[in-house]
Amino acid sequence: MLRSFFTGERQRIQMHIPDGFVSAPINIATFAVSATALGAAVVKAKKELDERTTPLLGVTAAFIFAAQMLNFPVAGGTSGHFLGAVLAGILLGPFNACLVLGLVLIIQCLVFADGGLSALGSNIFNMGVVGGIVSTYFFYVLRRMLPKTRLGFSIATAISSWSSVVLASVSCSLMLALSGTSPLSVVLPAMGGVHVLIGIGEALITTTVIGTLLALRPDLVGALQTGGAP
Amino acid sequence: MRNPLKSAIWIGVGISLLLAAFIAPFASSSPDGLERIAKDHGFLGKSEAPGVSVWNHAPVKDYAMPGVKNEKVATGAAGVAGALGTFAAAYGFARLACRKNSDKA
Repeated sequence: MLRSFFTGERQRIQMHIPDGFVSAPINIATFAVSATALGAAVVKAKKELDERTTPLLGVTAAFIFAAQMLNFPVAGGTSGHFLGAVLAGILLGPFNACLVLGLVLIIQCLVFADGGLSALGSNIFNMGVVGGIVSTYFFYVLRRMLPKTRLGFSIATAISSWSSVVLASVSCSLMLALSGTSPLSVVLPAMGGVHVLIGIGEALITTTVIGTLLALRPDLVGALQTGGAP
Repeated sequence: MRNPLKSAIWIGVGISLLLAAFIAPFASSSPDGLERIAKDHGFLGKSEAPGVSVWNHAPVKDYAMPGVKNEKVATGAAGVAGALGTFAAAYGFARLACRKNSDKA
């Protein structure tokens, strides 16, 4: 791994927190929260999933896996990529979104060496709990405040998907600072600054995919069923 | 109702596979937000020190299918395998939960 990194033969690809960045106490604490959230998600899934939603959960996971590979350039030699947490949340609900992100992150960690195994709890916390659960509830709040039109639905989608990426990066910054890896005054503006831009990509992709589904297959958009007509 | 849903699912899987096969190999190779900041602020090394990595048996490291020489093809193949595997894992997991559910009902 180290060797291939320095020989430059094949660039090391890391999109999630690797081992060594976050301290053991933080990783243990976030693991506990993430495992609890996933446990709750499985309990809910057992009650709520039906023949209609099971394949949708599979395809959402596959799409998120593929789309996370598509790094797009943002300012100054940095790239960003899709997260997909709010997309999954709008389609499947907040806890199923956490479940999908958790599954994707476990596969990326164990099969693709992306994201450290010791940091798995932290990665699931940032993307599944903060991204999936918290940000989808934020979408519900926005949706209630905005006009019940397709435009209102799209604005709620755009804002909540943008903020999901920014919030996840803030959460990651806090972990790095609490771990003594980098001072908060350094890492928070740096992470927040770049993810404010990456979030724009997130909002564009999420709003486009949801907008397309709203136009073609509104029956697949779970948030429509649970929250009344748009 | 059943067939249109099935077709929508296969279209979704198809789009995911196309993205993984043909777009992923041409994605930006610049470091992502976190990696770039780790590089700029001098803590990237923390993840590369010997013995830090706890899991060293990942079969498809760095999204490159082993044994494939061409880098673009290796990335595409890894993406297709990953997207298919993720679909199977998530669908299988959900089916398992769903079956237990319908047994109880």
